Parts: sequence; C-alpha cells; structure tokens
Amino acid sequence: MKLSVILSISRTHLLSRKKQTIIAALGVTFGIGAYIIMMSFMTGLNGLLDGLVLNRTPHIHLYDEIKLSEDQPLDLDETYTDHFKIVHSVKPTTSQRKIHNASALLAYLNEQSYVRGATAIVKAQAFYMAGTSRLTGSILGVDVMKEAELYNLNDYIVEGEVKDLATNDNGILIGIGVAKILSLQVGDIVQVSTALGDVFPLKIVGFYQSGLADIDKIQSYVNIKTAQRLMGQPIDYITDINVKLYDMELAPEISKDLKAKYDLTIVDIQTANAQFETGSYIRNLISYAVSITLLIVAGFGIYNILNMLIYEKMNDIAILKATGFSGKDVQRIFISQAIIIGFIGGVLGLIVGYFASLLISHQPFETAALPTVTKMPVNFSPSFYIIGIVFAMISTFFAGYFPSKKAQRIDPVEIIRGQ
Amino acid sequence: MSKALQAININKHFRKPVDFHVLKDISLDIDQGEFVSIMGKSGCGKSTLLYILSTMDTDYEGELYLNDKLITGQTSDQLARIRNEKIGFVFQFHYLLAEFTVLENVMLPAKKLGRKSKEEIEHDAMTKLKLLGIDEQALKLSSRISGGQKQRVAIARSLINDPVIIMGDEPTGNLDSKNADNVFDIFKDLTRDNGLSLLVVTHDQDFADRTDRIITMGDGKILS
Repeated sequence: MKLSVILSISRTHLLSRKKQTIIAALGVTFGIGAYIIMMSFMTGLNGLLDGLVLNRTPHIHLYDEIKLSEDQPLDLDETYTDHFKIVHSVKPTTSQRKIHNASALLAYLNEQSYVRGATAIVKAQAFYMAGTSRLTGSILGVDVMKEAELYNLNDYIVEGEVKDLATNDNGILIGIGVAKILSLQVGDIVQVSTALGDVFPLKIVGFYQSGLADIDKIQSYVNIKTAQRLMGQPIDYITDINVKLYDMELAPEISKDLKAKYDLTIVDIQTANAQFETGSYIRNLISYAVSITLLIVAGFGIYNILNMLIYEKMNDIAILKATGFSGKDVQRIFISQAIIIGFIGGVLGLIVGYFASLLISHQPFETAALPTVTKMPVNFSPSFYIIGIVFAMISTFFAGYFPSKKAQRIDPVEIIRGQ
Repeated sequence: MSKALQAININKHFRKPVDFHVLKDISLDIDQGEFVSIMGKSGCGKSTLLYILSTMDTDYEGELYLNDKLITGQTSDQLARIRNEKIGFVFQFHYLLAEFTVLENVMLPAKKLGRKSKEEIEHDAMTKLKLLGIDEQALKLSSRISGGQKQRVAIARSLINDPVIIMGDEPTGNLDSKNADNVFDIFKDLTRDNGLSLLVVTHDQDFADRTDRIITMGDGKILS
C-alpha cells in the first residue's frame, strides 16, 4: 500500500473541513508556542539569577581561617598525658592569615584536568579616605584578567574597563557604593589606609556594582601585587584560592579530597549556596509541569476532533473497507491526519514561540543586580525547539492513535446494514 | 465453465440478543459470466448471505471459494486484498466518498491495489465512466451529482480493478424505473461482453425475472 494514497485521502479529509483542522492545529500551536515561550523565558531568567551567584562564586574556595589551635602545648608534654588539663582563655596565634606554600598549591590545582582555573586572591582590610572621611573597606587583590575570564568580572563593571585595572599597578576598581558616599569619579585618586596604618594613593579606573548594596559599599578590586603591597607582604602572600571546575557537580568530591591533603578551610559551592540549586530546580519543574499540561490539553483537543471526525466518517470507513482497504490502512489514514495536524501545529508553534521570545528579549529589563543587563533574559537554546516538536508529534500521535484504533475495528457490515 | 463463486454449507448465527440461526446450510455456486439474483422476503437472510459471500463478514461456518480458491479462514488483511482485487460492490445507498470527486472515487480501489501508474488508473477510470455514460461528471464532487448518477459511479468504481464478480445489495432499490432499467442494462452488458459474474440481492421482481437465474430464499434456506 503506497503511502501517497493514504496521504492523499488524509489531505482531502483535512482540507474538506478546514475549520476543524485549523482549530486542532491551533491547539497544538498554542501548546508548543507557550512551551517555547515559557521555557525560553524561565530558563533565561533562571540562568540570570543563578548566574548572579554561581558565575562569580568559586566552585571551591580554599582559605586559612583564623581559628583556635586544637593542640595546646600542654597536650604535647608527655609528663601530663594522664592528667586532666584545663586551659583557660585560649586565643588564636598571631601568625599571618595566609595560605602556606600557596604557589605550589596553585600550580598543583591548575594542573588538574577537572580544574578550569585556580586563582590566587589577597584579601586586605582597609579604609577609604577622602578628606576627613574614613570608610571601612575590603580590598580584593586578584589576577584581573583571569577574574574576568572565570568569574565574569566584566559584567559588574559599570564604568571603566578590566584592562585599565590590569595595566595599572596603582589602579583600583572601586565599589559604586563607596564612590557615591565619597563622591568619587573615575580618574580620581582615593587614599587607602591599611590596617597597619600606611596610606596609599590609588587611582580609580572604574566602578564596580555587584547588585548587593552592602558589598558595593565596601568592596573594591586591585591587582594582586597592589594588595600585597598594601599589606606590606611579599609576592607569595596569598590569603585565598578560588577554584573553578569544568563540572560544578564534582565540587563536593574534590573538596573532600583536598581537605584530606591540606590543612585549610575548604568550602564547595554546593555547601555555600545550597538554596540556589533547590530554587532553580523547582522553577524548572514548574515550567515543565505547566508546559506539559498545555501540550496534553492540546492533545485532548486533537483526540476529540479526530473522534468526532471518525463518527462522521463511519460511512467512508465502511466504503473504504468494502472496497479493499484493510483496517491498518484506515488506521493509517487517521493517524496520518493527527500527525499532519501535529506537525503543522507544532512548526507554527515553534515559529510563534520564537518570535514571541524574540519580542520578550527586546523588552527593557533594568536590574541593579546586573548592571550590564538591559533587556529581558531569554534562552534561545535549540533544545527547547527540538523537545517542543518531538512532544507535539508524540502527543498528536497518541491523540490520533486511539481514535484510529477505533476506526480500524469498525465493522463495515454493521454500517452498511444499519442504513 | 469454471465457477466464479462457490459456497458450501454456510451456517450463520446471530448470537445477540439471543441465539438465532440466520442461515442454514446454504450451498450455491455462480458460474463465470452468470447473472444471478437472490430474492426473498425481508429478514430471510439474503443480505446476511451477501455479506458473507463478499468476505466482509467472517463470522460463519462453512466454506467459501472464489475462483476455486478457498478464502474461508484468511486473515482480514488478506480478505481486504481479495475484496480489492476480485470483488466489486454496489450498494443500495450509493456509498461514495462525499468529499472526493467522481473520478477520485472510481480511482481509489485501483490506487489501493497499486498495480498501475496514476496515469493508467486515471485512463481506466475515465473509460469506465464513459462506459456508464457519466464521464462529463468526472471532476464534480460526488456529493453534487444525482442519485442515478451516483449509482452509476458506484458501478464504475466496482469495475475499476476488473473483478471476478460484482455483488449488489439492492443496487436499484432507490432508483426510479428508468434509472433501474439503465442499471440493469449496464449489468447485462457487462456479463455478456466482459464475462463478469453478477450476484444481486433484490426485491424487484421485474429486475429479477430478467436475470439468468433467480435464487429464492426463505427462512434462512435456499428454496429454489
């Protein structure tokens, strides 16, 4: 049996009742279109929100926390092994808060195949001074270009450029909150006083806006060398190491390994930001649930229309069977109608979904959190379009399958006798 | 002369609502080129017999041969193929596909058979329509032609695959006498010129009288 004969019958059926066909196809179009719009917009937004935290958070953060020593000298003295000891008022040592042998550790991390990049950070406490005002601040000494590459530093710079900081050892990328309070402009000099009392003049090369006002009032970026100079420390002075992995999911496992090897505080991103994982998971779940509901509703629409069609076409089915069309042929005729409706409706849905998403992506969207984002975030991932059309075809196939099964079983004798 | 159709000891029961023995030990055969009519009162089982002979109803006991080949017990797909290739149907109600043109209706069984190219089928269909004198209506929708014309289109359709036998269930049942005569003449010509066998269930005594042989049925049996 040639497919073309079946398709020509289907086509005649579909074309002779254009209104029903269009309504059935529109059901699919709306379902798929809504699915595309929802998924594009929701995942776009999810990506943006997750990115707010995840993009600039290291997957593994290593640092030397100020903490009490577990072993007091008294414990080491064998004379008192059997004694009950009480040590009052234990204080942490005054040793430098730095990672020992940091450059070796950094080199080791950068060699690992699962590491996208490990960067050294020098955290320095400081005061910003302008005239008689002093503001508490926290200055991060970073490898600027790597920071831009791994943690999208660029996205948070509202004025100036990363390059300007990278090339200027006396430059500072200052938090926009600080700049406002001290009424500083790009190009101005800000006096920075360290905890040790030294005062350094630094040139403002740009403003930094993280979206979290509290951080913007405190934090600034400088080159790592500048930070070491502020602290009066040599170049092996590193307080933190940030590691970005290729696969974020591996972070807990790797941090466990590192903990076993190094006496450092090591925090993985999952531990630090557990709630974000849950948040985006739930948001995805909701968008999928809504889209699938829409598609199922569209599927029921097709099911109803085909069911009606088959009741109307009882006579046709009887004639086809009497003149030698088998039950399977008849079934194929009706399934092919469902699939044609699904395909046309689905493709239209993709087009509608794409253009609606395009429209959304041109809507203005201003957020303090992401100064470089001005339009609605929309994810144009082709995977939604593939899933959409596949789902349209599958759901319409099933919507057509059950009515067509009924058509296959229709006994022509009953119909002809019934007249 | 070889037999076009042979039925041996056909028995049929309707099982719902109560068991009812419709056909009792029916045996008959139809020669090639023979024009046979079946007569009988309403409810005597003649239509039921026709549906069994046409292979559409498979729920019976007994044996059925078409062109000396046993067709009882074949799968529904095989039977569909047999109907398509060897049996033509004409019903009391014209049973055309309303949304298709006259030509498409006639071509459809041949397209299903798929033995010829589209051009050949179209040519054949036009020949059959010409034979029945309705070739001018070929491109009209089949719902737009008159009852007598529809009946002739149904005959043209039954002829398209050059079947062994044509079966009709009161093919002239709702035609006026002029059209009924017309249909009869067409049938007569087909048996005489093409060697086609014809089996027609009818209530019309005049129509039956003019056929080669009348089978009279009563109460599920063949009376004569």
